[in-house]
Amino acid sequence: MSRYLPHPLLSLSLVVMWLLLTRFSLGHLLLGSVIAIGAGWVVERVQPPKPRLRRWHLIPRLFFIVAYDILRSNIAVAKVVLLGPDNPRYHSGFIRLDLKLRDPNALAVLAIIVTSTPGTAWIEYNREEDWLLLHVLDVFSEDDWQALIHDRYEALLMEIFE
Amino acid sequence: MNHLNDLPPWMAILIATFLIIGSTLALLGSVGLVRLRSYYQRLHAPTLSYSYGTLMTILSSILMFSYLETRPVVHELVIGVFVMITAPITLLMLGRAALRRDQDAKLAHEEAVPARETLRASPAGKLIRDVKRSGHPEPSPDQPGP
Amino acid sequence: MSAVILQFALGYAQIAVILALCLACWRVLKGPRAQDRVLGVDAMYVNAMLLFLTVGMVNGNIFFFEASMVIAILGFVTTACAAKFLMRGEVIE
Repeated sequence: MSRYLPHPLLSLSLVVMWLLLTRFSLGHLLLGSVIAIGAGWVVERVQPPKPRLRRWHLIPRLFFIVAYDILRSNIAVAKVVLLGPDNPRYHSGFIRLDLKLRDPNALAVLAIIVTSTPGTAWIEYNREEDWLLLHVLDVFSEDDWQALIHDRYEALLMEIFE
Repeated sequence: MNHLNDLPPWMAILIATFLIIGSTLALLGSVGLVRLRSYYQRLHAPTLSYSYGTLMTILSSILMFSYLETRPVVHELVIGVFVMITAPITLLMLGRAALRRDQDAKLAHEEAVPARETLRASPAGKLIRDVKRSGHPEPSPDQPGP
Repeated sequence: MSAVILQFALGYAQIAVILALCLACWRVLKGPRAQDRVLGVDAMYVNAMLLFLTVGMVNGNIFFFEASMVIAILGFVTTACAAKFLMRGEVIE
């Protein structure tokens, strides 16, 4: 199984993408499967760190948390843009966070979450010392950014990936 | 415009709502790109159009074509997933490139960024107050007020 | 009835996205620094993609989707290369 299908998740998503871009038919299903399995072999040669998902059932929860947070911060950033950057209520700045997360795939997911949330931008990550530099548009909207990132995303990602 | 009349009014209102929210978010993102002061603030602005601006436009497109062709037309989701994955990568690379350029003493840095030593010493989770003084005449908004 | 609602919404969406394109273009021209221009180009690509999706809805033609897909891919590659260039001073090392 793992010999012929080294990256099942990647192959599955490639087949789904192939079927979305073409109209569904048996021929396209076969062609897409052949291409997806071939791509899986090619990726196996590159040897990326394989994602090991431990707890599948937590992924929908993470998804909904992130969707809600992006919606909330969309509204917050729209407010900042409309009121103007010179409004004294808003204050932007850099924040350094300590991370416990080590798995590269989980870090990639965390980077996507943090960056695609308007209002927080992932600027720099230091792997040797495990810190992360964020730029936050409205610093005082949260009391404790360390606790926010850790409790909301990092703990969940550690449960899923590690 | 014949195809627009084939839609029932409730569907038209749903599509129009999604479309108006999405394009307003895209417009607000660009307004922020013009209006915000420092580069790192402007880095947040296009995320509006990357996240829900794109999502809402794609949703309205999916609804419209699915109804018109009487089959689920969901290939717009490919664009959504693609933008969802690639937009953070480009913003991350841009942010890191700007930080490295601003920290580099050889280049004339105009934005106030924390120096490498300050970064190591600062407490986690708190606003970094000791940023490097910039040579820019305007007071930077990243500096704490008096 | 529904054509009136949708024509209003599509017209508003097109105007808003074109205005967004122009504002991003202003940021590209104004600068003041190289990374601002790259950020503006990235925003222009995304807004052009949204514009093509909207034009596809106006015409009822599903194949504008392919054009916006190509624009999205080109935008990613352009910005990634430009960011790499900003960081290192060269693209191919």
